[in-house]
Formats: sequence, structure tokens, C-alpha cells
Amino acid sequence: VKSIVNLLAKSEALSKLIFSLVLLAMKMRLGSTARKYPFFRTRLKEKTLIAQLKLKDNSAGRYFTIKEGNVTSGNGIHASPDVTVIFGDARVALDMLVPPRDQLAVINAMKSFHLGLEGPEELTSWWMETLSLMLFAGTKYGTDVGKGVTRYTSNTNGGPAFVYVKEGKIIRITPIDFDDKDAQPWTIRARGKAFTPPRRTTISPYTLVFKSMIYSPDRILYPMKRVDFDPNGIRNCENRGTSEYVRISWDEALDIVANEIKRVKKTYGPGAILNGSGSHHLWGILGYWLSARLRFFNNIGFTPVAHNPDSWEGWYWGAMHHWGQSMHLGAPESYGTVEDCLKECEMVVFWSSDPEATSGVYAAFEGTVRRQWLKELGIKMVHIDPFYNHTAALLGGKWLAPRPATGNALALAIAYVWITEGLYDKEYVAQRTHGFDQWKEYILGKEDGIPKTPEWQEAEAGIPAREVRALARLWGTRKTYLAAGGLSGFGSACRDATGNEWARSMVCLMAMQGLGKPGVNMGGMQQGTPIDTNFYFPGYAEGGLSGDLAGTASAVSLYQRMPQLPTVNTVYQRVPRLRIPEAILDGHTYGYPTDPKTIEGQFLRYNYPTPGHSPVKMYYKYGGSHIGTMCETNRYANMYRSDKLEFVVNQSIWFEGETKFADIILPACTSFERWDISEFANCGGYIQHSFNQCNHRVALIQHKCIEPLGESKSDFQIFLEIAKRLGFAAMFSEGSTEFDWCKRLFDATDLPKVITWEEFLKKGYYVLPAPKEELRAPVSFRAFAEDRLKDTPEIAPLPADYSEQVFKGLQTQSGKIEFVCSSLQRFDPDDPERPVMTKYIPAWEGHHTSELYQKYPLQLITPHPRYSFHTMGDGKRSWINEIKDHRILLDGYYYWIVRINSKDAHARGIKENDLVKVFNDRGAVICAAQITERVGPGTVHSYEGSAVYDPLGEPGRSPDRGGCMNILTPGRSIIEKSHSIAANSCLVQIEPWTDSRGVK
Amino acid sequence: MKRWHLVIDVEKCENCNNCFLACKDEHVDNDWPGYAAPQPGRGQSWISVHGKERGEFPLTDVAYLPVPCMHCDNAPCMKASNDGAISKRSDGIVIIDPVKARGQKNIVKACPYDAIQWNEQLGIPQKCTLCAHLLDEGWVKTRCVQACPTGALSLRQIEESEINEIAQAENLEAYRPELKTSPLVYYKNLYRFTRCFIAGSVAARTGDKEECADGARVTLLNAGNETIGESAADNFGDFKFDNLEESSGTYIVRVVYPGYETKTIEVDLTQSVYLGTILL
Repeated sequence: VKSIVNLLAKSEALSKLIFSLVLLAMKMRLGSTARKYPFFRTRLKEKTLIAQLKLKDNSAGRYFTIKEGNVTSGNGIHASPDVTVIFGDARVALDMLVPPRDQLAVINAMKSFHLGLEGPEELTSWWMETLSLMLFAGTKYGTDVGKGVTRYTSNTNGGPAFVYVKEGKIIRITPIDFDDKDAQPWTIRARGKAFTPPRRTTISPYTLVFKSMIYSPDRILYPMKRVDFDPNGIRNCENRGTSEYVRISWDEALDIVANEIKRVKKTYGPGAILNGSGSHHLWGILGYWLSARLRFFNNIGFTPVAHNPDSWEGWYWGAMHHWGQSMHLGAPESYGTVEDCLKECEMVVFWSSDPEATSGVYAAFEGTVRRQWLKELGIKMVHIDPFYNHTAALLGGKWLAPRPATGNALALAIAYVWITEGLYDKEYVAQRTHGFDQWKEYILGKEDGIPKTPEWQEAEAGIPAREVRALARLWGTRKTYLAAGGLSGFGSACRDATGNEWARSMVCLMAMQGLGKPGVNMGGMQQGTPIDTNFYFPGYAEGGLSGDLAGTASAVSLYQRMPQLPTVNTVYQRVPRLRIPEAILDGHTYGYPTDPKTIEGQFLRYNYPTPGHSPVKMYYKYGGSHIGTMCETNRYANMYRSDKLEFVVNQSIWFEGETKFADIILPACTSFERWDISEFANCGGYIQHSFNQCNHRVALIQHKCIEPLGESKSDFQIFLEIAKRLGFAAMFSEGSTEFDWCKRLFDATDLPKVITWEEFLKKGYYVLPAPKEELRAPVSFRAFAEDRLKDTPEIAPLPADYSEQVFKGLQTQSGKIEFVCSSLQRFDPDDPERPVMTKYIPAWEGHHTSELYQKYPLQLITPHPRYSFHTMGDGKRSWINEIKDHRILLDGYYYWIVRINSKDAHARGIKENDLVKVFNDRGAVICAAQITERVGPGTVHSYEGSAVYDPLGEPGRSPDRGGCMNILTPGRSIIEKSHSIAANSCLVQIEPWTDSRGVK
Repeated sequence: MKRWHLVIDVEKCENCNNCFLACKDEHVDNDWPGYAAPQPGRGQSWISVHGKERGEFPLTDVAYLPVPCMHCDNAPCMKASNDGAISKRSDGIVIIDPVKARGQKNIVKACPYDAIQWNEQLGIPQKCTLCAHLLDEGWVKTRCVQACPTGALSLRQIEESEINEIAQAENLEAYRPELKTSPLVYYKNLYRFTRCFIAGSVAARTGDKEECADGARVTLLNAGNETIGESAADNFGDFKFDNLEESSGTYIVRVVYPGYETKTIEVDLTQSVYLGTILL
């Protein structure tokens, strides 16, 4: 139809004629849709209005009268319509009204005021949505599997899923087994064997339990107001966290929020509104926190909460200076490494690497089968971790357990053995690295008089010197992969007081062994599968419908492919996430940016407040995760109970964590209750091509499987409702429903080349064929090792960051791996916390801080949790709580677990499953003790990420029995010139807990 | 007649609990008349993953044992039930009839594997149905098998006459065979959970340093001085004799390393033991 229309609409007169016919057709379509579809009939009964569609010069138009569910229509211009859609000319009208809509033309018309919408926001939005629903009516989606059950698809942080729905209720959520029509996977031939992954997607525990969370009694089903909060009177801010809530209507809640936005902007000026989210959100390109949220907040102007590079820390603030990789936050690229590892590698060293616990990230158990292949091939494995982790438990191999935050000492001792025994790649070091001799002097003790021998290491890290020599000799004589972190460049060791130096030393070790040569690379089979990197489907970091070209990766590809109105935040102020309490309570703080563009981005300190900006007065929080995920988190509870925050609104799905510190709670629904679209484990941005953790690329529509529970709404819808009250509803939605946006995004991808929208909607997913063997991505760092131009498929580093010639060498000034970092030399060569080359710097909280160590002799590590994903999946009566290794049920309460060595437990009179108090000067957490040999004496293990915050007395000042171990972890950054978390350097004491309050 | 068998490889189980959770997803709040009434959301477990740590820091390992209903041929629960509340289908699956079994609490205790649980609210005993309602609809996997990421769980249809041969060929065995319940659930590498090891690390003094005694010959002898096992210490000087019976008496570990005096260590084996560093 569109092409015929385009062909006919050659002159203005013809366009105008077609416009009139289209409007007439619209009248008929409205009527017939209402006759055919009851939901649409009901819809039309919601409003009484007159909607005019016309050309700007009033030369043509038609008006529609909606009254008591009936549609009547008249040709021409109505004298007093409620809603008017104004087209600059007939051409624009046809671009918009004749399907498929020419989105670029429509967006251009909007930007040039060639397309307008007049009338009260509520009615204009309703009218545009009604037109969308008219087109949506009759759309078929999902698969009928008989007995009244429909199978839909969804996607989550823990993998894709089939969702079985009967009578409007989810009855089952499963991983996806591919059918005969789905594409065949790749095969890698190595050492006489052929390795092919199973034709299915895997699923994480926290995805399998979604049914229990969707129907959780902790769901927030209607808007709520704190009982003693009066926006027009006394606010009683000090009662946040203890007061009860009362149900209110959506209108009241939205009016309060909209009025507070207006009030603080008018009273205090720009910057008064703070907004932040957790690091993760329910999956979906359009619903993610980098999408609808930014489109909304950019349009009201806000002080964003600036994220620290969470899980990367030491790689970002440390390792990056040695090898660049800034676009990966200092972590290595990973192309082609699965095949190279299977074919060439002789040993894998997993160092602070537990992919079986963290799934890499977002990739369910996709990497598991590949690591099992390593075992099948008999490849030697070593696990270095203070905890005998799940990857070690599954795969076996040598376990070395250094004292927490001393891994750098172990690394330097390995380098010492290599140097003194000549077990390193001297030619590579000479040709491809810079500054080795200076570092060598330090290792040999010529700089500080301390040779970094295995014996020296033993006093620090506690590994028998002979085992370090054995490891170094093995590593120095075998082609070795180093899996540092569960995803290359993650790892708990990068989140401790010496995290920078640990990550830096990982790069230096690999530089000594010829990084990039066959069988010598980074990774533990978690990334780097031979799948298609050419097919375009965006990751969430590309910003979805945000229109945000500054704060997301939208500008790279998505903005051109999915034309949308750009959005800009006019507020320059920001607050570092780990310093929100200081910003609020002290009124000033500072941070360093997470800026992946270039190495030097991290050097630009920013201060709060920003000159000419208002301090934060209102906090619009998205979800409730911070007390369970940030550090020294009693600070956050105390912040909430201050009247320096005049208003707190929390938009959350569940009543958990810090949600109960809000004045107004807006109930959001889950991703199973709204439309979205996404790909398995594709986050884009920092982990470009992150889908290469998966065995298959799988793109999915996230069907709206069920209606939102109670009165909950999608984030998009909530923002739209507030936008209506602030006059930018049309700019927010662009007249598109969430379903329309899914189609717009589908059209932006390469999917239309291989599957129709109708087929995709029905089946719900598409499996991309694996590329031909000849077209697989080359191995990362291979070209660098061989001094060829970079050949892996990514635009990183940016062209300007090459010193000599684009694609030649690395991002560092020398273009080589730098043992002595030129970026640090330029920035602050005398920083004792971050020297120009990696050195052993004892932890600022650890066995050398004697006074504290005497008081708190146990070193607590709190890595990312295994069954839950930060706070996702925990609490809220999720079935995860029933897992014996997640929480322990004692006297009716589900306690968080702390793992303690049998000797330490015995010395304290602690038995299996006893309640214990884990404490230090920062606070106390009541846990159930698990006695184990999986940590050595002096180390205790728990997880971060409790969704439950349950103080036994005054919030922020009492023991928590919910399990927020983050209350105990240090609030300071790894080094001053950073914005980082050092959660795994945490001294505590543990004693039996006998207080009766603990056993209610 | 082909019958269903669940085959569980202990070595491949990593305690992810996907089996346990998939079971909840299938049964909590879902009623499958004739097969099972809804499972309560809290406190029940139709497939329990038991864990066992062996050894001592820093030489340890862990094994996990998923235990569902064993669908025994000689099922003690059936004997304990009245009114035909429990039946064995021709495909091997044991089903507790959610209607007929009402009030029969004694069934719970009859199971030596603790695989049956009491639903307080409905007043019925409940357990794993091997997802019979799905298999009857044509599914080829149970929910636990489908969700298992490592291949630790597999569902197989095996001719009744062939099972013994297959079990022998693939080293499959029953858990706690002494109960003589003839389970249809078979395990592989069960020793990781039920048996124990003797391990140690051999080190040798050279000059003022210690080195790992890579390649040291380690022999395990029983009380009668018969050789039970021989092994070479690995690059780290570690050795491990596994698959020994717990509380099986006295053993002797003999370490031979050229240039050093031979060492023998007596072990009274109760459970897995790490002998620590054996310094030559």
C-alpha cells in the first residue's frame, strides 16, 4: 500500500486527495475494529471527545466524535475540537498515517514543528494510543499448545524463557529447547574431537523462579503513601523506614510526584532532583533503566547518580593503564578465544574466577558445557581464590587460597620465578611491551631492597612458596589461558583494597607470557564463542528509546536505525553512587567518572554540588537495591531519615530493601506484564558483543504474557502519566505504545531481513545461524602479538587513541603493553596509592592494619551471589530462599549465610546453622553459620546482594537480620582518585547470637 | 516394556538447584489431577540436593547428590499405603493418588530416602511424579532434566530386560542398595558422595628451600600390607587415593622420592582425610 501511495502522491493535490481518503478509511477502521473487538469497544467508552486531524493550512481534514463508545465523523474542520493533530502538509500526513509509518519522516516533521498535537495531554495521549490500539487489534502472538495454554516468550538477565499461560495466569517458565526449524550451531574441531553446543538456551536459577516473584506477596499492587507524610504540611522525614503506608489512588500519587517535581525545580533551581537506579533492571531494550527512564528524566532535568564501574573496579582504575581496553572498562576483548583455547591451550588458571556462580554476566549456564569440554580434553586447571568456588568444585584441579586482597603478592612472586628462571617470552617482552626492565628491578628487589620471592609472598598471601614455584614453572612452560574474573575483567579480587594492583599484575603476567600467541590469552571459556558478530541487534547500553546520545551508546548505531527524538539533560550536576549519603548529609562530595571513551576519562574529578546548581532536595529512586549492594550501607538508611531530603519517591516492583524509606511508592510491573524486545545476554556498551558468551545468538520478543498485577504499571506507562502532568507526553511517547516501540526496534535490527514481524511475534524468538568457519572472528590480541593491524570486529579503541596509525598497536601511548604506564606518568606519577608500575601495596584494611585486625581478625569476602543476581531473586518469597545454600530457614525466618572455617567456628563455639552476629565498627548482621573447609582459617565468606533489609531496631543503627553484608564493607574507594568499591577488604568479628530478637 | 529411568551423574552436579527450582515451577500452585496436588510454596522439596565436603582445607572437594523419589520397584511406600493410594505404572513411575492418599501420614515415614513429604494444608503425602503428566502429553524430558545445565540429570527409556546390562556397562548404581528397594533412579560416580579419599602433599627440602615433590611415587597399602593403589604426586606434590570405603580401618601410605628417605604414614580411615604436607 505504502509504495502505491508514494507512487500516486506526486503532487500536492493528489497527496491531499489521498489524505482525505485515508481519513475516511480511518473512520471505517475505527468502526469495524470496535464491532469486531470487545476490548476496543470498551476502550472507546472511556472518553468523550472530538479529535480533529487536519492540514496546517486548514485546507483538508476530518474530525472524529467519540461518544458513549460510538464513533461518528465529519469531513472538514471542526470549530472546537478537544484534540487536534496538525500536519504541515499532506505528504507528512501520509508518511505517518499510511502503514508502515515512515518513522524518520515523522521524527523530522516533529523536530521541525511540521507535525503537531494540540489539546489536553490526557486526551491527546488517549487519542494517539487509541489509534495504535486500532492497528494492534487482531494481532496474533504466542503459540497455542493445547488445553487452553498459550506459550509465550520472554527474556531475562538470566536467559530467555518460554512462558506458559493459562487463563491469564503464568503456569510455567522453562528454558528454550530449539525446534527442527531453528538454525544449526557451530562446531569446533580440536585435538581429534568435535565440539558442538546443545541446541537450547540455558537458564539461571533466578529466572526459573520468576513465577514466585511475579505472584509474590511482596509485590506492590497499588500506589502507597507513608502515613505520616503530608506534602502540604508536616513531612516527618525522620520516620522514613519505620512508618507504615496507606493505599492511595494513582491520581493522588501522580499528582504528588508531579507537584513535587515542579515545586523543587521552582524553589531551588536545576539539580534539585536526584535519580538513580540499580546497576541492573528487568531485561528488555525498551524497559531497561538506560531507556525509558532516561527519556523521562532528561526531559525534566535531573542530577543523575553516576555509577562506579561496579564489577570491573581494578580493571578500570588499574589494568586499563597497561593495555588500554577503555571501551571494555579495562577488561580484555575476547574474540575467538573459545576455539583457540580448545585447540591450543595446555592449562587454564582461574584467578578470582567463578563463572559457575555468576554466569559471566547474563549468560545463564552457556559457558558450563564449554568448560566441561576442557575437562574432557584433560586440560590442566588451577583455581586461585580464597573460597573453593563452584567452578573449582565442578571442574577440579589445584586450588590455591591466598589471603583476601593479597593476590598481587602472589602475582609478583610468579613474575620473580619467571625472571630468575628465565621462564618468560623474552622476545615478546622486548618487541611488544614497554618498561619491563624498570619493573624487573622492582621485582628483584633492587628498588626497595625486597626481592618479591615466593617466600616473601608466603608471609603476605599465605601460599606455600614451593607451590608458587610449581605454579610458575607450569605456567612458564605451558601455553596458558588466564581466566581473571568470571567474565574476563570481573572478579572479586578487583573489588578489594588492592584490586587495582591485582588487575594490573594480571596484565603484566600475561605480557610476560606472550598475550595473543596461540593458546596464550585471557578467559575461561566464558566468552569468545564463534558466533555471528555482524548481524545487528542492539544491547541495552545502546539506550533503547532514551534518545540519549550523551549518556548511552545510542549514537553508535541505534539512533540512526531507530529514528527518535533526541533527549538532553540540561543539568550538569551528578552525584557519585557510593557517595549519595555524603552528598545529602554533608552537602558536598566528589567523584571520578566512569568514562569508557578513553583512558584519560577517569582522571577528570567532578565535585558536588556543581557551581550554580541546587543541592539535591528530591530523590526519585528506581527500585530498592542499594542497602544490599553498595558499601557501608547504614549510611543510606541514615540519609533517608534526614529532612535534607524533602521528598523521596520510589518506583519499585517489590516492597523490599530501601523501598520502604520512600514517601510515595509507585508500583511498577515486571517485564512479563509488558511488551519488550531483546537478545540473550546482549548488553552492548562496555561488553560489546557480550552475546559471545552464548552458544547461540537468540533474539526475542518479550510478549506481554499477562496483564499487570493489581494496579501496577510498566515504568514506561508511569513515566508517561507523569509526563502528561508536566506537558511532555507527546515528546515522551512520540505517540507510540510500548508495542509500537517493539516494532520500531524490530525494524531497526537486521531481523526483518530474515524473519517477518508476524512470524517473530508468533514464535517469539529467532536463532541466528552460526557463521561459516572462514567468517569467524579472529582471535583477540593475535594481531597485536604478531604486530599486525587490529583485525577483531570492534571500533575500540577510538581512532584518535592510536599513536601511530589507526588499528596499529594498543591504546596506550606507546601502542604496547606498558609495564610502566605512560597515562599514570602524565596524570600523577607520585601517587603512592597508584604507582606508575604495579607494586605490592598492603591493603588499607587487612592483616597489616594491626589495631583493627586485633579487634576484627576475620577477613570477610562478599562476592556476587550465586543463585540470586544482586538483589534479584532474593527475598520476596522467591523459591531461591528455599535453596539450602542460599538462605537457611531457622524458626520460621530465612537467614543469610556466612561461611566459616571449622577451626574458626570451633574457637568461637559456633556450630552448623547457629545464628551468629557478624560485626565491625560499621554495623552488625545476623547470619546463619555454615561450617566449611571451602575457606581457610581467618577468611569468612558470604555474598553481597541481600534484598531484605530488616533492622532489629532503629534503621541505620541496629543489627540487620535481613542479610545485608554490605553494611559491614568499607565505604571508602580503593584509591582516593577513583570512585570504586572495595567490598572484599573487610575485617569483622563473629560471635554466637543469642539475642531472643533473632529467633522470632 | 520400556520404562523411565532418571540417571544422575554426581560428578557433573554443581548444586545449581535448577532441578529443585524447575520442580517448584511445575508444581507450586499447579494442580495436576490424577498425578499430584499443588506443592506448597515453602518448605517442601521433591528433589533435594544433598552436599558433601570431603577432606580438609586446603585439599578438599565437594559433591552433590540430587535425591528425588527413586520410583522403586520394591517401594516401601506402597507397602505402607492403604486403599491402593500408591500405584506403580507400567512405565515404572510410582504415583501417590492425591485423593486416595488423604490422611495417610504414615506413608511419609515409610520412604527410606526421605523423598515423601507431608502437605499439612491438604493432608496428603506428596512427592516427585517424574513429571508423568508431561511425559503423558509427549514431553521427552522432565522439568528437572530440562533445566539441568551440566548434563548431570538425564531421562532415559530403557527396556526392562536391558537395564542391568546397561547399568553394568556404564557404571550405574543405586543409592543405598542395601535397602533393596530396586530404584529406577541410577547414579554415576556415586563414590564422590558415599566414599572417601586419602590425600596429601609431598614436599622435599632442597638446600634452604622446599620444593613440591613432583612425580614422587605414592603407594597405598592396606593393613595386610597389600598394595591397593599407586600414584605419582602431581606438579604440586599432591596425591589422592579416592573411592575408599569410609571407616574401613588402617591404611599405610608410602612415599618414595629418589634421593630422599622413604616415608610411611599410617592412617586410621574414618572419613576423607588430608594428610597435609609430607616433608621429605
